[in-house]
Amino acid sequence: MEPDTETYSFLRQFADSWMLLLLFVFFIGVVVWVFRPGSRKTHDDTANIPFRHEDKPATSEHEEGENSEEERKK
Amino acid sequence: MSNYIKLVALGLVTLFAMIAINYARDTAYLVHAIIVMLTAGGLFLYTLRHTDEPAIAHPQNEYMDGVVRAGVIATALWGVVGFLVGTFIAFQLAFPNLNFDWLNGYGNFGRLRPLHTSAVIFAFGGNGLIATSFYVVQRTSAARLWGGNLAWFVFWGYQLFIVLAATGYLFGATQSREYAEPEWHVDIWLTIVWVAYLVVFMGTIIKRKEPHIYVANWFYLSFIVTVAMLHVVNNMAVPVSVFGSRSISLFSGVQDAMTQWWYGHNAVGFFLTAGFLGMMYYFIPKQAERPVFSYKLSIIHFWALIFIYIWAGPHHLHYTALPDWATTLGMVFSIVLWMPSWGGMINGLMTLSGAWDKLRTDPVIRMMVISVGFYGMSTFEGPMMSIRAVNALSHYTDWTIGHVHSGALGWNGMITFGALYFLVPVLWKRERLYSLTLVSWHFWLATIGIVLYAASMWVTGIMEGLMWREVDANGFLVNSFADTVSAKFPMYVVRGLGGVLYLIGGIIMCYNLWMTVRRAPAKEASLATAVPAE
Repeated sequence: MEPDTETYSFLRQFADSWMLLLLFVFFIGVVVWVFRPGSRKTHDDTANIPFRHEDKPATSEHEEGENSEEERKK
Repeated sequence: MSNYIKLVALGLVTLFAMIAINYARDTAYLVHAIIVMLTAGGLFLYTLRHTDEPAIAHPQNEYMDGVVRAGVIATALWGVVGFLVGTFIAFQLAFPNLNFDWLNGYGNFGRLRPLHTSAVIFAFGGNGLIATSFYVVQRTSAARLWGGNLAWFVFWGYQLFIVLAATGYLFGATQSREYAEPEWHVDIWLTIVWVAYLVVFMGTIIKRKEPHIYVANWFYLSFIVTVAMLHVVNNMAVPVSVFGSRSISLFSGVQDAMTQWWYGHNAVGFFLTAGFLGMMYYFIPKQAERPVFSYKLSIIHFWALIFIYIWAGPHHLHYTALPDWATTLGMVFSIVLWMPSWGGMINGLMTLSGAWDKLRTDPVIRMMVISVGFYGMSTFEGPMMSIRAVNALSHYTDWTIGHVHSGALGWNGMITFGALYFLVPVLWKRERLYSLTLVSWHFWLATIGIVLYAASMWVTGIMEGLMWREVDANGFLVNSFADTVSAKFPMYVVRGLGGVLYLIGGIIMCYNLWMTVRRAPAKEASLATAVPAE
């Protein structure tokens, strides 16, 4: 079988141009998204997940998460 | 109904294993066929005897902790076995007479070495990861494990994988791929178990009651997904016979080497780093009783780590047939990797800010902190060793072994010990650990053991690297290989002693955990059901 250099060259070129750009933009996007305005409240709530539901699963949807957010506001 | 399907399947597997015993082409395969026959046959009889019993209902308002308890026991036991084998082969290197004649072909260094690496990475580390991930994903999703007894299949299936891998090495079945030595039939079994693991983990995340997926689960999930991908690609091979353990890799030459180290380094990156970072992001906040220092940093840590780690593999192949651009790429990404690694380390350490006094009073948190410290140290050392000029000196020497062990013993070992010390009182509903003094003993024995290990390997590695490249005025090499071997003897003894200390620490931990279950005061029932204080 002939070694398929065309496919190799195409993939190689694609990898270090468009794909690199795509991954880089995605990563920058993640950083921007993390620092978006208003993310602090969400992140504080998420960071406290390990301190809820230690003994038992939650009984109804979202109940505990929102409660704890309200508690913090007080 | 499902019991009948199970019986048919188990019966067929038992029958095939019997046929395989008859036609087995090599000892390792024969031993494996016997193990599979006994396991499947035993399960067949067990299922048959319990066929008409009503299925046990799984209470959705409780966590599934039985499988986590089993995982904790397996982690502690396999850990001690792995450390024991490691210490023994360390002394085999110092005193070659320990490669006993009567053990030749089964218990010599070459056979025991993969047994040690697989025992500590996959049996100790893997069980630790599976157990903690099952614990963490339930607590942070506020949901019981998805899939009922599938979690038990993952646990026992993984133990079977370990037994098959270990016996395979002893009887000579290996495909000679670093950290991926098991042959094709064992690889297929691990793939099945791993997919079940992924399904249980994903299922639990999907049915979570918390609106967000806690960062520890992101790390665990990336570990499970990436290891599945690495395992399948790296193990692509054609068996010589369905009745023999030998197989031929689909890759050849430098592609084969590159695939192997793409796997090998990402086993470090995703098995030994991402998975254990999942542990760090749950157990350090829990033990310190405060949320992680910066949740934003943890998200950036995650994406940066997984985006960069995947490219670092080629640094294992400097000065080989691999093109320069590829090794340069691996080198550059390894150095960039320093940033997310230290970002994660700072995040873990700073979680203690405002609670640094706990370091004095709580030996468990001390264990977790030193583990993160070793993480920082080995993620600094690694990028440095990946630089081509440094690698020219360090490659093929014991420096590499020292580097691996400061990461494995320091980071992976210590964070797992910390997690075990946290989990056992919680899982067995005890008030506290049996003895904090014994935890302190474990801490110091393990720490001094690692220092002896890493320091002696630095000395001997750099020494042997320099001896290999030393030339006289006429350009002739000064030292023969045997000269370096005899020069390394004192350091090999020190390394072995470091292993002994680490092993004793592990045994003390097992005793302490056992006594915690047996003797420590039980948590009162009212406390166990109380709402956690916040």
